[in-house]
Amino acid sequence: MADKKETDERFKKFGTVSFTSLTKTNDFIDHLENGKVAGTRCKGCGKHFFPPRADCCLCLTGDMEWFEVSGTGRLVSFSKLEYGPAGFQDDVPYSIALLDYGAFKVFGRIGREVPEAEISVGMPMKTIVNRLPGGKLNYVFVKA
Amino acid sequence: MSRVAVIGVGQSEFVRAYPGSVRELAFEGFKDAMRDAGLTPRDIGASVICSAPEYDKQRSPAGVFAEYFGLNPQPTFYVESLCSSSSMGLRLAYSLVKSGLHEVVAIIGFQKMSEISSAESQERMGRGADIQWESPFGTMMPAYYAMYARAHMAAYGTSLEDLALIRVKAATYGQLNDKAVYRKAVTLENLSNPTDRMAGPVASPLRVGDCCANADGSSCVIVASEEKAKAFCRKPVWILGVGAATTSVNLAGREVFTGLTAAREAARQAYAMAGIGPGDVDVAEVHDCFTIAEMMAYEDLGFAKPGEGRELIRSRATYKEGRIPVNVDGGLLSKGHPIGATGGSQIRTIVLQLRGEAGPIQVKDPEIGLVHNIGGVGLYGNVSIFGR
Repeated sequence: MADKKETDERFKKFGTVSFTSLTKTNDFIDHLENGKVAGTRCKGCGKHFFPPRADCCLCLTGDMEWFEVSGTGRLVSFSKLEYGPAGFQDDVPYSIALLDYGAFKVFGRIGREVPEAEISVGMPMKTIVNRLPGGKLNYVFVKA
Repeated sequence: MSRVAVIGVGQSEFVRAYPGSVRELAFEGFKDAMRDAGLTPRDIGASVICSAPEYDKQRSPAGVFAEYFGLNPQPTFYVESLCSSSSMGLRLAYSLVKSGLHEVVAIIGFQKMSEISSAESQERMGRGADIQWESPFGTMMPAYYAMYARAHMAAYGTSLEDLALIRVKAATYGQLNDKAVYRKAVTLENLSNPTDRMAGPVASPLRVGDCCANADGSSCVIVASEEKAKAFCRKPVWILGVGAATTSVNLAGREVFTGLTAAREAARQAYAMAGIGPGDVDVAEVHDCFTIAEMMAYEDLGFAKPGEGRELIRSRATYKEGRIPVNVDGGLLSKGHPIGATGGSQIRTIVLQLRGEAGPIQVKDPEIGLVHNIGGVGLYGNVSIFGR
């Protein structure tokens, strides 16, 4: 048997079901493990990217640095799902949402502990790391 | 500059579960359009096959269909842009004819949604967007459009009843369409009564009744050069403008949540190419995969100002007798939405309208018709304009 080549599949830990295992942005998972939600910024033009990208399409370079998503964003919109796709049936109901931080936006879920009656478009929220069963990780939005 | 015309249109009945194979399903739309145009397979110079491949078991269906349709040895190829695949097919066929490479091209759209099991379908539903960054949160198509609905409501005061009015209109015409999968009436009461199936929650604020009907189906549009159109066809319908645009797949990359920027850009291109404005359109087919999608289409196409789309449906301006009739064939909501076949079916409705052959849904003497066909959650936008 030839030696099995080790592959970096950290991204398999992202979310309830991850559909991606190999990505150049795998360090995103390490940041989550350390309690940080991080995006990338192009060292050339300074553009912020969230979700993080390995490549800047403006400079055509891959010279990126990580930045932490901090402070508060404004809730652009949200929807509570009553049905989920395969692998998510045990999660329903849950709400997906989008936060606007100005220089970038973040798509994710609203934390379960936030009462639905208290959610409204335009409200300030912050993004925090959320630990899931089986060592998986994602992030959720909670009231700022 | 010579023009390009539509000389034949056809579609299968849209049904819940087609009792045959995909080549047989696709042949139904093809046969209908070939009879409409009065052509034989020898007249077709090339074919463009359109579907969303995640529902196909047959790999590379284009070659399989070409043989089954009697289109060997002519070239064929496959194109996809999710739910707007056959409008993208029209765009390609237009350029094939305009370039002089072919004189007559058939665009065949199909989808057999029931080709895969419901478990397989559930699995694919979860991969309908950015699989790296969005799907791990458990996203589904209705929830994305629901987010647009919520943003539209917050910005403009659009109500659930406004959305229900769009569903009621679709059902009004779906009952008259013998190709539609859903031919029953829907009332405002159906969508407001919590015990009614139509009012059941899917992804807030959207309800069952706000969502289109899945269906199996096929469509076919045959386009030709001006010379061939005049030789073959008594009532050619001219392609006046074709617009197409894209936007970020991930919502985080977008700037607007009360409309679809790809639809706006595609409309701008199509209007400019046709040399007309929104006020010149006499009849339109828009991509009402959800009620909110039709509301946004009113505004993205310029039939109403931003935030005023609700006035069109409240005043019944988009009914058959109104100022700008929209989806008088039942739309995706009632006619059904077999993904790859939808654009061709929309084009068929507009062509029949412009020929004065639309039967019980005929709008009075239209000269210009428009098709708005969207792929994904506004990821791909196609707007095509037709004239007599």
